[in-house]
Order: sequence, then structure tokens, then C-alpha cells
Amino acid sequence: MGLKQKIADTQIWRSIFRHGYPNTPRNRALAALSNIFLHLHPVKARKSGIRLSFTWCMGGITFFLFLLETITGVLLMFYYRPTIEYAYNDIIALREHVPLGIMRELHRWGAHAMVLAVWLHMLRVFLTGSYKPPREFNWNIGVILLLLTLLLSFTGYLLPWDQLAIWAITVGSNMARASPFLGHEGPGASLLAVGDVNLVTPASDVRFGLLGGRFVGAGALLRFYVLHCVAFPLVAGLLMAVHFWRVRKDGGISGPM
Amino acid sequence: MATTEASQRQVPAQNPERDMFGRPVGPTRRRLLGSLAAGWALFGLGAGAGVIGMVRFLFPNVLFEPPSSFKAGPPMDYGEGVDERFKDTMGTWLVRVLSDPLSGRSGVPGIFALSTTCTHLGCIPNWLAADQKFKCPCHGSGFRQSGMNFEGPAPRPLERYRIVRADDGQILVDKSQKYQWEKQQWNAPEAFLKV
Repeated sequence: MGLKQKIADTQIWRSIFRHGYPNTPRNRALAALSNIFLHLHPVKARKSGIRLSFTWCMGGITFFLFLLETITGVLLMFYYRPTIEYAYNDIIALREHVPLGIMRELHRWGAHAMVLAVWLHMLRVFLTGSYKPPREFNWNIGVILLLLTLLLSFTGYLLPWDQLAIWAITVGSNMARASPFLGHEGPGASLLAVGDVNLVTPASDVRFGLLGGRFVGAGALLRFYVLHCVAFPLVAGLLMAVHFWRVRKDGGISGPM
Repeated sequence: MATTEASQRQVPAQNPERDMFGRPVGPTRRRLLGSLAAGWALFGLGAGAGVIGMVRFLFPNVLFEPPSSFKAGPPMDYGEGVDERFKDTMGTWLVRVLSDPLSGRSGVPGIFALSTTCTHLGCIPNWLAADQKFKCPCHGSGFRQSGMNFEGPAPRPLERYRIVRADDGQILVDKSQKYQWEKQQWNAPEAFLKV
């Protein structure tokens, strides 16, 4: 009995791998089915589904970039403090005083690339008609994921806390003033009043809830940080699980038209 | 024996599972559905209260922001033209003019308080003394000294704030009350301080 077989017979090995060496169709299927990371993949894929010219691999690249953003983002969190006192200096320190000063640039360029990859993925899905039944539900999940990608970009934009960031978020969040009923300058907001007292004011509307203040200040920085690092990635992760699962359940990657 | 069996079979017919008022004892379909409905209603109420609480949590009771009204010293501190001393701290320009035709005060000297928030998308313009105009760095909107927009994308003039004399004779600017030209509000008595 060779060493390989001896290792494969140990209790440790057998407790991890619940199947024999994947050299038979059955064991190959088991390898995918009994592994949490592989079980999202189909046991068998259509030839067209793995052709690069058909899928552009843009969904996969988007997911790869999400993982890249998660890893570099967690690393950046070890140095970055989301207060108006430290935020800008910490960004400078990440470039000047921290080993591998390109970590922040990786995160930034990865974010730009992710937005592009999401658009290209949607373009591919549109051009190949892959949004059509039975995949229409998954298209909608994808639209929400696009929105989350843009929100992640938007919230990350504020964190360097330089002039560009502050004014870009000032301009962007001012659009929330015009939300119907929820923004204090939006249509219908003046209807929500008790006597002379307006309920929707600059200090109680949806923009205030987003910024945690009446202008882009310390509250906004902290809120955007929490949304960027915790809330949006969690929701995106959950929806990605649904998205990938539905690709399988809706018949795998669509075939050529 | 047969009669005994029959009488025994009649026992359920007499409904022993009913109490002294004739109401059924123990689980019935109606009771089960009723308690389910009550349970779900309670759950819904609790979940709704939780959601309302979470939304309310995002709106703090105390803001650590500058107060919305401030005293700006006596009017004699201000010469003619745009004064920028409260631009950074209070977001307000105090402008002293000899005449303010846009508010229907031709030939009336006085001071008005101008908001520093661009009416396009909310950036803060700069006062360019050489050009005698406010110029927004974000998208190029331009405003005259009166606050009237004349170039760039800004759709309406800068807003003015309530300006009155405090009891001690100082200028009091109240930013919680704003006056918009396009709503004919600049004519309001407290939108302009005669000096």
C-alpha cells in the first residue's frame, strides 16, 4: 500500500473528503456536491456555457472583483478611522507610511473595474437574451445587485474626506431632498404637516437619515463608512448567493440563441 | 349488550366536551385559527415596532451642528458690499447695499443675509470681488451681489435669511427662516434690515 493510499485511508482525510479519488463520473459528481465552495457549480456544464466569447466571464470577474474589494477593504480598515479628525490623514498614511502603499489604489481601481464589469455582464445577459423566462427573476436580483454596486461606489467615494469627496456627496445627497414625500423639497412633502408644523424638514427627511445631519459632516462620514463596510456588503453577499443559486435552478448558463 | 353499546355511542352525541354553558372544550378549528391569527398579529406588531424603532434610531435627538441663528455684531461693523466673516462658520454672507430693487426697496439702504448654498446642487460659491459676482466652483453658476443668478446651471437666485435687530442692537440672522426670490419672499419685512 503506497503512501498516497495510506493518507487517503486516515480518519482525518476521510472525515474531510467523503468520496474516493474523483476519477469516476460518480466521484466527480460527489466532489462537487459534497463541497460547500464547489456545490454552487453544476456537476455538468454546457459547452457554450464555458465558452469565453459567449459569457465574457463578466459575472465571474465581477465576483472576483467583489472578493478583491472585500480583502483589500478589510486590510484598509486596519488603518482607516472614519472621523473628520483622522480620515484624510489616514488615507495619506495608507499611501506614504504603510507597506504596500498600493493597497488603497487596488481597492479604488478594483471598484472602478467592478462597476464596468457589472455593466458588461448586464450587456452580455441582454444581448444573449438571458433575461428572458425562466430567468426573469434572476435579472431583477441582478438589477438590485447593480444598484448595490453603485451604492458601494457612492459610499466609498466619501471616505477619503477630501474636497472632491465632500462636494461630490453633497451634490449626490442633495438629490435625496427631492424624493417624493420623503425629501423636504420633494413633491408631496408639504402635504405631510400638522397645522403649521411640517413633518418633513431638513432635519427629519430621508437625506437627513442618510447623512445623520443637515450637511455632509462627521455623521455622514461615519454613516457612509458603516454602510460601505458592513451593511451593503452583507446585503450584496446575500443577494449574490441567491443570484448564483438561481443561475443553477433556472437551467444553468443559457445556451446560444 | 347491544343497547349498552348504543348508549355508549350516544355519549359523544351528548357532547361531553362542552362546558356547562354549551361551549366546546379543547381545541377546535375556530380556536386554533383564532390563536394563530392573534399570534401572527402580535408578531406583526412586534416586528413593526422593531422596524419603526430602527428607523427612529437613525434620527438623533441632539445635533452637534452650529446653531441656526447667530448675532453678527452691530450694523456699523459692515461697510458697503459683501462681508465674508460668517461664510465658513455660519454659511452666510452679509451684504450691505444702498439700494435693493429686487426686493422692491429701490433707494433704501440696508443689509441682507445671503445663503452660501448654491441653488444648483448645493456647493458653496466664492465671492470674486474683481468680477463683483459669486462663482460656484462645482458647475460654474454665477450670481450677482444681490443673489440673482445670471450664468451657469443654477435655476434660481441664492436664498436670503431672516435678518432683524436683536434686543441689544446687534444684527440677528435666523437661518431657520429663508426667503426665496421666485416666491416673492424677498419683499418680506424681515428679509432686509434697513440701516
